[in-house]
Amino acid sequence: MDFGLSQDQQMLRDAVSRCLADICTLDHVRECAERGNPISDKVVRALHELGIAGMLVPEEHGGLGMTLLDATIVAEQLGYAVAPVPFLASHVLAPIALREAGSEAQKAYWLPKIATGQAHISVAISETIAARDGAAVSSAEGRLNGTALFSLDFEGADVYIVADAGGRLHLVGAGASGLEPIPLTTIDRTRSVGELRFDGAKAEPLADDGGTTTARLRDAGRVILAADSLGSGQAMLEKAVDYAGQREQFGRLIGSFQAVKHMCAEMAARHEPCRSLVWYAAHAFDAMPEDASLVACHAKSLTGEVHRFVARTSTEVHGGMGFTDLLGLHYWFKRIGFDRQVLGGPETVRAEAAALQGWTKAA
Amino acid sequence: MDLEYGPEYDAFRKHVRAFIEANSHLAPPSADRAARPSPEAVQWQKLLIEHGYTARTIPKEYGGFGAEPDILQSRIIAEEFSRARVPGGLANQGISMFVPTLLELGTEEQKRRWIEPTLKGEVVWCQGYSEPGAGSDLANLKTSAHVENDEFVINGQKIWTSTAKHADMIFCLVRTEADAPKHGGISYLIFSMNTPGIEVRPLKTMTGHAEFNETFFTDVRVPVDQIVGQRGQGWFVANATLGHERGMLGDPDALENRLQALIALMLEERMGQARAMDNPVLRDRLVALQAEVAAMKYNGMRILSNSLRGEPGGMAKLIVKLQSCELAHQISALAIDTMGELGILYHQSPRERDGGAWQWNYMFQLGLIIGGGTAQIQKNIIAERGLEMPREPKPGKSSDAGHQTAGLAQHKQGAD
Repeated sequence: MDFGLSQDQQMLRDAVSRCLADICTLDHVRECAERGNPISDKVVRALHELGIAGMLVPEEHGGLGMTLLDATIVAEQLGYAVAPVPFLASHVLAPIALREAGSEAQKAYWLPKIATGQAHISVAISETIAARDGAAVSSAEGRLNGTALFSLDFEGADVYIVADAGGRLHLVGAGASGLEPIPLTTIDRTRSVGELRFDGAKAEPLADDGGTTTARLRDAGRVILAADSLGSGQAMLEKAVDYAGQREQFGRLIGSFQAVKHMCAEMAARHEPCRSLVWYAAHAFDAMPEDASLVACHAKSLTGEVHRFVARTSTEVHGGMGFTDLLGLHYWFKRIGFDRQVLGGPETVRAEAAALQGWTKAA
Repeated sequence: MDLEYGPEYDAFRKHVRAFIEANSHLAPPSADRAARPSPEAVQWQKLLIEHGYTARTIPKEYGGFGAEPDILQSRIIAEEFSRARVPGGLANQGISMFVPTLLELGTEEQKRRWIEPTLKGEVVWCQGYSEPGAGSDLANLKTSAHVENDEFVINGQKIWTSTAKHADMIFCLVRTEADAPKHGGISYLIFSMNTPGIEVRPLKTMTGHAEFNETFFTDVRVPVDQIVGQRGQGWFVANATLGHERGMLGDPDALENRLQALIALMLEERMGQARAMDNPVLRDRLVALQAEVAAMKYNGMRILSNSLRGEPGGMAKLIVKLQSCELAHQISALAIDTMGELGILYHQSPRERDGGAWQWNYMFQLGLIIGGGTAQIQKNIIAERGLEMPREPKPGKSSDAGHQTAGLAQHKQGAD
């Protein structure tokens, strides 16, 4: 019995944390965010040197064959540092999609490229959760038509993995004719999403498994977003505590006022149990598939709620400075906002959780 | 991450399960926490001690089972009794708080005299800590004693003495050193509730029941050797037990059981033809609570693993009382909302559900949010000990007030 991170996992956490503390400074984040292209080549390279790219690629395809829990450790650190790098789709969802639904040829072709960083794959599955603006993708005879919104890790993608209306996944090259990729601009300038418009674009399907793999991607994606939120929330909590321990008003540190102290305590009290839930949800994804979808929903909804509270409360503890661009606190605030909305907000995933337990009356 | 307990523990679990199956017909109905244990409860307790399912690690010579401490075994026992909805060992203040204190700080004679009868439910204790003027600021207590002819002569008043009406004995904080500073003038005395000069008055609460009492002392004479620790060390001794109380109020199995009861209620109750569960707003609130209960459950597993590794519980542990009490209260609140107008029925009304338990819980759990260290005191502890935030300056103290970082919080737990 050992509920927690192994020594290797703690070393991974420390290595990523040190690496990001050194090179992914707030100034660097700001520079990347303000130039419109959120990808920091410097941070991408440093993470590749740590082997992050191939974490979820099986060893026989040149990766490290690690677990989703390992990936959540990285995601948490990326959130903590508001790191402007692709990860969720390119290094988690894409390798899972390929390893679980790819043909031998697809695996052999793409997985090693993911592991070396030669291929950057964006993933679009939002329509399988809640389609907006009538977006939908249909597939017929190896061609896609329609629209997919919110393709994740969009910027710089060489290829897209797209779910059709039946939940089947397809690979589409970025240069395919009949594909128009359109960047979307979000509150969170440290990550990128885009819209894909298909007009008979040629696509290569992954296995027809009745949507099983797409469901796995939802679970994994939600856990990773929850972990990112955990890291961002941790950073915002620490920043609030630090600020309250430096700022003086009325001749006292504001952190000595109970009004401020209790805001921080409430953040900590709600934030801390999220960590165990995220770890458990990640572990369940690999080791307890029957529990995985439900706890992924719980992790996603709880972190969504708790870190919205943390984001606004930490901003308030910083007073007027929290509202300015000067401190850059808003990068974390927005990152948390992104994590909450993407792949199902709290109400959406709670409805799914209820359905998974048979609590929703059949219509 | 390894959630398996291992074959040795799996075997132990089977053993516990078999015991429960074979003996659960002997178990008493779950006990009224303010009452003396019934004869069935005393018999059940005896059986549990014999098999090591309660008082497991307390040495044999003091009436326990005498096993080596093993956190996982204790955890398995708690899990299995909770799963089977069979009451575990007695969990009154004597057993949960006084016995651990004696084990840590009592003299050999005190241990031999008091632990065994307390464990067996033969001696019932109450706790005399809080006073009308000493709740969160417990060290401000005014109940005092002076010494006359080798006896403490005690005068004053305690409040929230929950088992006082049925108790044989009291462990009580009394100011014995009039001239010592606030925290240094307190002693931890133990004496019989039959001593002349003690008056117990029931304290009726918002639930309509008297779960607590007020206890008055008028010239209560107690031999000077009926003390745990030295004179003036009572604050230190009491803090040993307050730690145990915090553990008592944050039981993840209890939350899980309340949640399961709520789920059953929502599947059962009808609003017109539809189940309460079919109402999307109520259902959403239920799933939100389920996520929080799950998080507290895994948080508990993390604390357990930390202690297995000999590491401190840290923040994961500091937040347990605050979060668990709040969650328990919210579970009851949702149950009442689920029942709609039926939710107001109480006092054995026709059509009342579950004997009015949800309303009683809803009110009593608010009491638990306040008692055992109020939510606000918990937040001070989380902020000052957990986050190392600056301490509240004391009125009239040095000019650098509010600039110190809390090494140890000055606030301690108060109330019953």
